[in-house]
Amino acid sequence: MTDHRTDSHGRTDSHGDADSHDDTSADGAGGIPTDGHSGDHDGGRNSDHCGDHGGTGAGLLAIRGLSVSYRTRTGPLPAVRGVDLDVEPGEIVALVGESGSGKSTLAHAIVGLLPAGGHIDAGSVRFGGHDLAALSERELRAIRGARIGLVPQDPTVSLNPVKRIGVQVAEVLRIHRLATRRSAPLEAVALLERAGLAEPEIRARQYPHELSGGMRQRALIAIAIAAQPKMIIADEPTSALDVTVQRLILDHIQHLADEFGTAVLLVTHDLGVAADRAQRIAVMSQGRIVESGPTAQILDSPRDPYTQRLLRSAPSLTVVHTAHTVPRARTSPSVAVEPSVVAEQSLVVVDNLVKEFPLPRTAGGSARTLRAVSDVSFTVNRHETLALVGESGSGKSTTARLVLRLVDSTAGRIVLDGDDVTAARGARLRRLRRQAQIIYQNPYASLDPRFSIKEVITEPLRAFGVGDRASRTARARDLLDRVALPASVLERRPAELSGGQRQRVAIARALALAPQLVVCDEPVSALDASVQAQVLELLAELQADTGVAYLFISHDLAVVRQIAHRVAVMRAGQIVETGPTDDLFTSPRHEYTRALLEAIPRWSQQRQAAASPSSGRTPSAKA
Amino acid sequence: MRRYVIRRLAQAVGVLWAAYTLSFLVLDYLPGDPVSAMAGAGMDSSVVDPARLDELKKQYGFDKPVLVQYVDYLSRALRGDFGNSVSTGRSVTSVIADALPQTLQLTGMALLLATLFGGGLALFATYTSQRWLRQILLSLPSLGVSIPTFWIGLMIVQLFSFRIRLFPAFGNDGLRGLILPAVTLAIPTGAMVAQLLAKSLLTTLDEPYVQTARAKGAGRARIHLGHALRNASLPALTIIGLLVGQLMANAVVIETVFARNGLGRVTAAAVSIQDIPVVQGVVVFGALVFVLVNLVVDLIYPLLDPRIVVAATARRSPA
Repeated sequence: MTDHRTDSHGRTDSHGDADSHDDTSADGAGGIPTDGHSGDHDGGRNSDHCGDHGGTGAGLLAIRGLSVSYRTRTGPLPAVRGVDLDVEPGEIVALVGESGSGKSTLAHAIVGLLPAGGHIDAGSVRFGGHDLAALSERELRAIRGARIGLVPQDPTVSLNPVKRIGVQVAEVLRIHRLATRRSAPLEAVALLERAGLAEPEIRARQYPHELSGGMRQRALIAIAIAAQPKMIIADEPTSALDVTVQRLILDHIQHLADEFGTAVLLVTHDLGVAADRAQRIAVMSQGRIVESGPTAQILDSPRDPYTQRLLRSAPSLTVVHTAHTVPRARTSPSVAVEPSVVAEQSLVVVDNLVKEFPLPRTAGGSARTLRAVSDVSFTVNRHETLALVGESGSGKSTTARLVLRLVDSTAGRIVLDGDDVTAARGARLRRLRRQAQIIYQNPYASLDPRFSIKEVITEPLRAFGVGDRASRTARARDLLDRVALPASVLERRPAELSGGQRQRVAIARALALAPQLVVCDEPVSALDASVQAQVLELLAELQADTGVAYLFISHDLAVVRQIAHRVAVMRAGQIVETGPTDDLFTSPRHEYTRALLEAIPRWSQQRQAAASPSSGRTPSAKA
Repeated sequence: MRRYVIRRLAQAVGVLWAAYTLSFLVLDYLPGDPVSAMAGAGMDSSVVDPARLDELKKQYGFDKPVLVQYVDYLSRALRGDFGNSVSTGRSVTSVIADALPQTLQLTGMALLLATLFGGGLALFATYTSQRWLRQILLSLPSLGVSIPTFWIGLMIVQLFSFRIRLFPAFGNDGLRGLILPAVTLAIPTGAMVAQLLAKSLLTTLDEPYVQTARAKGAGRARIHLGHALRNASLPALTIIGLLVGQLMANAVVIETVFARNGLGRVTAAAVSIQDIPVVQGVVVFGALVFVLVNLVVDLIYPLLDPRIVVAATARRSPA
């Protein structure tokens, strides 16, 4: 298959003029022999396929029987098993699945960017006439960046921290000789602008740490589109971003796909995103594509049981889901409806809380401070879940840490159970620690890897000298039972458990001292959708049983809707709106709340709206 | 940035003072005293006339209370006067100044070799795609760290001076005489640089931004030198600052093995005859060099990593 005919005469530095061939790029699989002159010998093959674009059935990308496995100590671990997938020019295809389903591995295998130990065992990846699976590393390099762009998952770590943004964008053009040393910086600025960054000249001179996550993702999009690739692989491009930013980024990717006819393979765990953006959806589970087809077909009449399950547990739909399948009177929503006996019931009262952090001194300037939490007041009642909702940087986590007295407040008052704990020290602080516990976002990081599960759960008991060894073990067993884990887990280590199981352990640990308040800091955002639903149900059950109050921190409105009785929306350190969950969702008063609600994928909103009356709880019409 | 420098300078002065005070206390606490050693040089000290001893002690101020001695010495040290050598009577400053060039040549050369070869080894070991070669190369540094310096020195002398007769076995004559001791001194230091940089490079090469670079179509060399090296060099830079101290300590052994007249030998000689002013002068000088090198390292950080000054500034703002 190696036909080393170079067409170096085909196109030379005219590529430097990025805009001049927008049209070409839109209509030809083999239209851009970008590196015909770079000596990589694949321009020839490329030109062989100039003719077969645009016709029916001649896909841009055709994956056949692709199998990928990872070498592990216990032998090869298959991650992708015999997958077929097609992407047509200009089409957006969503690859949906939960973590571990192999979707990311598949996406990376296309461009030969598998992590260490990953290996393509079988199958072919036809792209513009090449079999990418059979190309050498050197040949693949000519494809990467030039024909296939990659938008990575987490923009905060995907840019080189010691290089300026402009240089990093220009690098693609330099690698593929699409620009000269002189023209590259200017083109980088143009690309940043096209990726939707305001003030691109300034951005180009900045370092990654000076940009927000959304801006960094735009810079990475600029990198991905720099060489006018035929296809972009977007690997969870927005899962690390705030919801309102997510929508803008996805809008932009979609816009680019429309405008330049770029095909997009959108890898996502979020069915809502897939439903909104993709023409076709492929559902992946355990390394196989279990179902694929036009978006509407997948959503309306899923055939595969896994797809059906995924649809049911999609987070945005869980309100409906919970109401249907858990008809217990004690699950969250029913408690919320009671206009609870407020006054004596309040467990935590926070008054005008302020937290300021010092900022770096600018040249000649006086000391500045960042008001992370500004004049925040709220109440958490017993048996109640108050959700603090906001985007990253809104101060919600800081507020939670203030309430727990993990950081000291600059001003304001915190009353827990009638006791002013704002300045509590020593024994009083210890008492507070016993009454208020926390569940962290990432169960992979919040459990000591060297502890057994028994040690993890009994640690708070040991710290407070509760009971003897036997009674503590009995308590641990009891707690595990409560969080629906078998007692056999006791002697295992965190690494041997799944994410969902670990979060159950973290919940058991938080409940070990029978606290009155548990702060849940994004407790399900690191978990898969179906696991999320289970953990939320568990939290609701435990609340009904023990009467514990939750201060629930989340950026995910869908999750909040399922668990919270009341919601406080935070923005820039302030609470902009507070209210009972249903009121807030059906008739948001503050524009920011409305913006947050609008950022939920449209498909999910429709489903939610359609399903809402059937849940029988609130017949209130959508405002 | 200026505040950053001032703060670092203040720290440097603090370290120097601590080094002086600690060495004073330790030397004062040691059994035996330099005057008896000096008076009894060459013979049994019990023979020495006690009256003559007292007289000498008075002359050097050893009869006063420790605190008075301390303040006395410190105030003179601040003016650059570390007193006179008990054994030769020359001023400590001139003793150090005489021995310094030899030692500077030796340690400077060793540092250069260590950085070049250690860094080179790390780069090459992480660059090669031959698994076996990488394994072999990466196991070299631990070997280099674990073999004692004096043994390496003796072996190298045996091989290159006595068997091959390529370089002189000892002495101070020029570059040829410098090579063997510098190589010997560089081996453990270079090994540590290699170890750290290799590990740091391997970690960096796993970073998501390296994946981004690969997705751009960047080749191995571009990724290695253009993206990973600068990010990976920070820990190595830190260790180089610390290794200067180790180099000076090892110079004591190396100069003895290769019979070079440098600071190391001065130190060794002074310790063995309890020439306290010289020992103390060397300790303070060593601390000075160490502090200066680390100051330079601190000032280089922000040039390598644009995030650093920001972090440093934020940390010291009033909380």
